Amino acid sequence: MKRLAIAAAAAGLLIGCSSAFAQTTLRVGLAEDPDVLDPTLARTYVGRIVFASLCDKLFDIDENVNIVPQLALSHETTEDGKTVTIKLRPGVKFHDGEAMDAAAVKASLERHMTMQGSFRKPELAAVDKVEVADPLTVRLLLKSPFSPLIAQLTDRAGMVMSAKAAAEAGDKFGLKPVCAGPFKFVERVQQDRIVLEKFPDYWNAANIHVDRIVFRPIVESTVRLANLKSGSLEMIERALATDLPEIKADAKLRLATVPELGYQGITVNIGKSDVGKAAFGKDPRIIQAFNLSLDREAITKVAFNGEFLPGNQWVSPKNPYYQSKFPVPKRDIAKAKELLKAAGVSTPLSIDLMVPNNPETRQVAEIVQAMAGEAGFDIKIRVTEFATSLKEAEEGRYQAYMLAWSGRVDPDGNAYIFHKTKAPQNYGGYSDPDVDRWLDEARVQGPLADRKAIYEKITDKLLSEGSIVYLYHRLMIIAHTAKLDGYKQMPDGLIRLTGAKLKP
Amino acid sequence: MLVFLAKRLLQLIPTLFIVSVIIFGLQQLLPGDPALAMAGEERDPQVLEQIRRQYRLDQPFYIQYLYWVGGVLSGNLGESMRLKEPVLTLIAQKFPVTLQLALMAIVISLTIGITAGIMSAVKRDTPIDYAVNLVALWGISTPNFWLGIMLIFLFAVHLGWLPASGYVSPFQDFWLSMQTTILPAFVLGNSFAAVLMRHTRSAMLQAMSSDYVRTARAKGLAERVVVLKHAMRNALTPIVTLGALELGTLLSGAVLTEQVFSIPGFGKLIVDSVFNRDYAVVQGVTLITATTYILLNLLADIAYVLINPRLRS
Repeated sequence: MKRLAIAAAAAGLLIGCSSAFAQTTLRVGLAEDPDVLDPTLARTYVGRIVFASLCDKLFDIDENVNIVPQLALSHETTEDGKTVTIKLRPGVKFHDGEAMDAAAVKASLERHMTMQGSFRKPELAAVDKVEVADPLTVRLLLKSPFSPLIAQLTDRAGMVMSAKAAAEAGDKFGLKPVCAGPFKFVERVQQDRIVLEKFPDYWNAANIHVDRIVFRPIVESTVRLANLKSGSLEMIERALATDLPEIKADAKLRLATVPELGYQGITVNIGKSDVGKAAFGKDPRIIQAFNLSLDREAITKVAFNGEFLPGNQWVSPKNPYYQSKFPVPKRDIAKAKELLKAAGVSTPLSIDLMVPNNPETRQVAEIVQAMAGEAGFDIKIRVTEFATSLKEAEEGRYQAYMLAWSGRVDPDGNAYIFHKTKAPQNYGGYSDPDVDRWLDEARVQGPLADRKAIYEKITDKLLSEGSIVYLYHRLMIIAHTAKLDGYKQMPDGLIRLTGAKLKP
Repeated sequence: MLVFLAKRLLQLIPTLFIVSVIIFGLQQLLPGDPALAMAGEERDPQVLEQIRRQYRLDQPFYIQYLYWVGGVLSGNLGESMRLKEPVLTLIAQKFPVTLQLALMAIVISLTIGITAGIMSAVKRDTPIDYAVNLVALWGISTPNFWLGIMLIFLFAVHLGWLPASGYVSPFQDFWLSMQTTILPAFVLGNSFAAVLMRHTRSAMLQAMSSDYVRTARAKGLAERVVVLKHAMRNALTPIVTLGALELGTLLSGAVLTEQVFSIPGFGKLIVDSVFNRDYAVVQGVTLITATTYILLNLLADIAYVLINPRLRS
């Protein structure tokens, strides 16, 4: 009996030991296959999800979209707004053992600013020069004051790469990225998996409790969920709103949701081409009528089980930059008809609505078609493959275009390039000297209240004559196994594993 | 036989030239701008211009073609704009995956299709024949996409016997590899098995009513020998062609099945590359697929000769 007890105790000890030392692997189902894993050349949202574990940035955001230090410790901007001094965290190492210091930050920023094909160039366009003040201090000299700069450094532009690895690999850096994030790169099989493992020398290693992450792109949302339910994955991103009841009903699963930083809307062509001028471009009252013909709450209820947030601005009603003075308008068909009449439009007014080919946007387009139809709009839906639709939009061959924006931390990223005259993504062809001036002013101002006051004037103007009809804001839906403890969702929808523990 | 082979191999050259022009030409007809498609949300005009220059998208069609052909002749299929990886590396990664899946699908469909076809022909107009035909009809008319999702829910979510999706190489873990590929291979093989069954049945019926089968029976041979050795061998010739052509089709990528089961094969690669206008990858994959298809056709012709001695002259 005694022997048996000892044997049992030994077995128990063994099991205890093995679970204490068991490797924890978090398998994450991604909605798409990420593009190249090079912070300078990367451009997709899904790629940012992988970067969140791989490459730390100078700054990060917290739950309330406040900017917090990450590889930096602090920053200071001179009175004239043209010099930004950033103090760096000491003792940080890259995955190849090299030290993360001011020289490395300078090299990374300069790579972003000068490399051929760099998508970070426009984000850092305000920076003229980067100087090393001392081994742990960098100074950014700006061409002109630019308040969204620190926000830019919370994303890929702020990612610091090992200068040695970047110099050696050149434009092939993305095949084996070396950064200073909590996990280091192990392998990637295109369209199959990206494997990362815990970096023991990470500056915040004490708060990283997962040993390995395997990212698996699974495009079909139903299959992604099936993998999670069957235990083949521990986490999935961008689950469908219509799957929420099923996820909530499953005791083995947990949800982490957050409203997106971006928006879903319809860009209307008012001045991009003559095609546009023949419809919405004739009179701003036509856009106002279109706005009033839509019941945004009903759209989110019918298409998304009421889980998404109705919206009317470029940030969601939960964002600190939302202008509550201009709430989401209620549907008013009578007024919409009146406005159309006052604009001298003979109904039905035929509108060509270009819709990228995806089931969710198609469904929303059909609801919009039915709603606007009651006010006198004859919406003709043209389902178009995404890459083709972008080209059509760029060349002004459309009247209305269902186009979403994933959103940026700073409101400037959701507004400037869409509304400034001739800006790259101003597909609606909107142009107004006041709005142009205010958009520039908002880039110079520092404090939130001052900028918000400027954005209030812009919002007022755009709501009555702007070229984007904002509809709703998606909920970024992350579903994970109940075994994952302490996971916190940030507003950008990315996956950060600091503090999260995976029980065996 | 050698002359025949040499002739067929020489014919490959003009065929592949025409194929390469068609691939390149058709791609130019695709609407949308590759640089814009690649840029995603980062559509800055200056950056786009740089990308166009870098990948010679600003050059005329024939210059782009010449650069590409020059590369192909020196064994360089170019580089993926989206992933920055050489196209050859991507193909080398994907081809074994798709080959494994296609071979498994072919084995499954040949086993089911030929067996069912022979059974149905031998038991003509009996309940067995009707049942087999009904199942075949179901096999042909079931969409792969739907069947795939249903099988995932049954075997992965409810029964928990198999992984829901993904791929593991047989060299890494043979059994796990079989577990991950059996469902997609079945889905892929399913509709072809039905087609094969129908063809085998009619070829067998024709063979069974021929003179040599009557002679064989008259010789007093056992029915099993008559069916398997005499009738089936002759009936197999068209089946082999069908099988070879189907293998070619499967190798060009079983797009939907790979998408549903998240199998990182050719189909997924082509779809992603077309949507992202990653021209170099589309060109490379199509060229390799076309070459494989032509070679398989050649192999089918050789197999004919081996199966049917009368063709040897």
